Amino acid sequence: MAAILAEPGAGVRTAAPSDLTGAGRRKERRTDQLAKWTVLASGAAIVVVLAGVALFLLIQGAPALTAAASELPYQVDFWSLAGPLAFGSVWVSGLALLFATPIAVAVALFISRLAPRSVSRYCGIAVDLLAAVPSVVYGLWGIMVLAPNLAVCYRWLSENMGWFPLFAGTPSATGRTILTAALVLAVMVMPIMASVCREVFAQTPTATSEAALALGATKWETIRLAVLPFGRSGIISGAMLGLGRALGETMAIAMVLSPTPLLVSLQLLNSTNPNTVAAMIAQTFPEANGLQVNALITLGLVLFAITFVVNAFARRLARPKPEA
Amino acid sequence: MRECLAQAMRMITKLSRSGMAVLALGVILSGCAANEAPVVSDSPVATNTNTNTAPALQGTLVGGGASSQTAAQEAWRAGFQTTYSAVTVDYDPTGSGTGRSSFSSGGFAFAGTDDAFSVEEAAGAFAGCSAGTGLVEIPVYISPIAVAFNLPDVPTLNLDPATIAKIFAGKIKSWDDKAIAAANPGVKLPNTAITAVHRSDKSGTTGNFTDYLAETASAEWTWGAVEQWPEKLAGEAADKTQGVREAITSAAGAIGYLDASQAADLGTVAIKVGSDYVQHSAEGAAAAVAASKLETGRAATDIVFDLDRKQTTSKAYPLVLVSYLVACGQYQDANTAELVRTYFEHAVSTAGQQAAANQAGSAPLNSELTSLVSDAISKIK
Repeated sequence: MAAILAEPGAGVRTAAPSDLTGAGRRKERRTDQLAKWTVLASGAAIVVVLAGVALFLLIQGAPALTAAASELPYQVDFWSLAGPLAFGSVWVSGLALLFATPIAVAVALFISRLAPRSVSRYCGIAVDLLAAVPSVVYGLWGIMVLAPNLAVCYRWLSENMGWFPLFAGTPSATGRTILTAALVLAVMVMPIMASVCREVFAQTPTATSEAALALGATKWETIRLAVLPFGRSGIISGAMLGLGRALGETMAIAMVLSPTPLLVSLQLLNSTNPNTVAAMIAQTFPEANGLQVNALITLGLVLFAITFVVNAFARRLARPKPEA
Repeated sequence: MRECLAQAMRMITKLSRSGMAVLALGVILSGCAANEAPVVSDSPVATNTNTNTAPALQGTLVGGGASSQTAAQEAWRAGFQTTYSAVTVDYDPTGSGTGRSSFSSGGFAFAGTDDAFSVEEAAGAFAGCSAGTGLVEIPVYISPIAVAFNLPDVPTLNLDPATIAKIFAGKIKSWDDKAIAAANPGVKLPNTAITAVHRSDKSGTTGNFTDYLAETASAEWTWGAVEQWPEKLAGEAADKTQGVREAITSAAGAIGYLDASQAADLGTVAIKVGSDYVQHSAEGAAAAVAASKLETGRAATDIVFDLDRKQTTSKAYPLVLVSYLVACGQYQDANTAELVRTYFEHAVSTAGQQAAANQAGSAPLNSELTSLVSDAISKIK
């Protein structure tokens, strides 16, 4: 890394080799080599760390897979434990994404296409600042402000729309439900998604959008015809980045959610909610012993696998369509 | 440490323009903290700065375990370090289970735990101890657990164990239930739905609460004494003591159990003991412990109570948590032994127990128990 910083002009000089003397060329080669190996080592480190984490999870977690149910948390076999938790993680993150994506895209469109330059600059900074707020702060806000206020709305929803399956059951008096958790998560992941979308939208080729305008398209039509199709891959990769953060989020969920172990339920307004993998690990690890620790580590592997699948899926979606 | 901080400051100045300062500060400071404090070491800066006559103890004492003791440990550490300024005491509230296993593996020089080691475990090997010298386990922190609720205009309620068990098992669903009304003549009970709040994490508080219910209301509470709330029971779950407190505070009709020191501005239940209803108090908790027997079959230095939840002692409050300190009978390192012994002596001293009572609302040990415990501490070598 230091070599690259010390020789910022290295790349430029390669473009015009005829200017260099023999000694300069030798020095050039040395710095090039150094830079090449440093970068290669950094790249390899990522793979090594990833493989190391996977290996650690596999080796430490393996005993839990074959362990007797009585040795594991809640006295059930491993897959009965992991299934509901994996469901909880995916369900709450999916909901969060559902709320966050439209808002993030709208924010990004506003900043990159609609707002005057002076406004968009400060708006962009504000979104980036929002991304830097630690999750425990979002958790505190969720538990102290959002949940009690939402409890009132939940009661109303339950009384008036209780026929809708997602709103069935007795509404929580504290508001600490999976819907609240999903809303907190949505606020947390929105800035990341907005940042990614904004960058992509800003790169829409001017020719395309000006062509649309020249054909008499309104601002909204230009966005629909030129900006959104071009930014499709950006929206998807932003959403996947957000989903990754939501899946792994621990603190905010642990603080806000009222979990019931081993529960699989789609109802949004109850006191009994499915827990998430990350929150379960955080809550159970401090007092776990023996094979329970192995089980928690394997739960980590399950989360790892979910994230992996999600990322692979996103890569496939984000791959640009072949040009016609 | 100083170097680390200076570096942190440089990085923060650099990063502050990009709006990442807060993040950077957190990352860097946690990095600095992680570099500190080996388990037990002589302080490299061996200047004896304390001017009083106390023996020149020095070094770092690292222990950890039960989070219930956190506030008390803070009080003890503050008092201890005033006397022995060259000693650093760290207490890491990792939870009882981790505290015990870290003590076994030699990571902690002493452990705090809500559950004592079993007789078989105590006979096993401990990494920091000389083999076969046994353990010193002493009760140091006695604290009542309050059953707290949120009903406007109702500051206190009388409930018997069976009714409490039914509420937490979800069998009594409304505050105007006959069983509650019968025990509280003259109290106007609303028809609010009951939201029973329990701990979502594994906890000694849950362990003692369910033990109390299992002993006193075995017909209504069939889930035994468990540290992790039974998964078959619904109800509201919250993380840690503060989460339970927050959940009770935020919803009218909520009821939950938590360390009594945290229940200050909530309504609390007077539990039925014998034929009386008793409110939680430090004195009541101490009386309940004093009236209980010691577990038999343990060494003289292994002082563990078999709490009598069913007792009918007047004014006793048997819904109580007893937390223990654990040390080696003989340490491999003499300095560590002296540090642990002196620290434990401070914790059970009148001043130490009073400081804990002020800070954490715990019940000071009575004189009989203090002398028993002090004897055990003096055996630490």
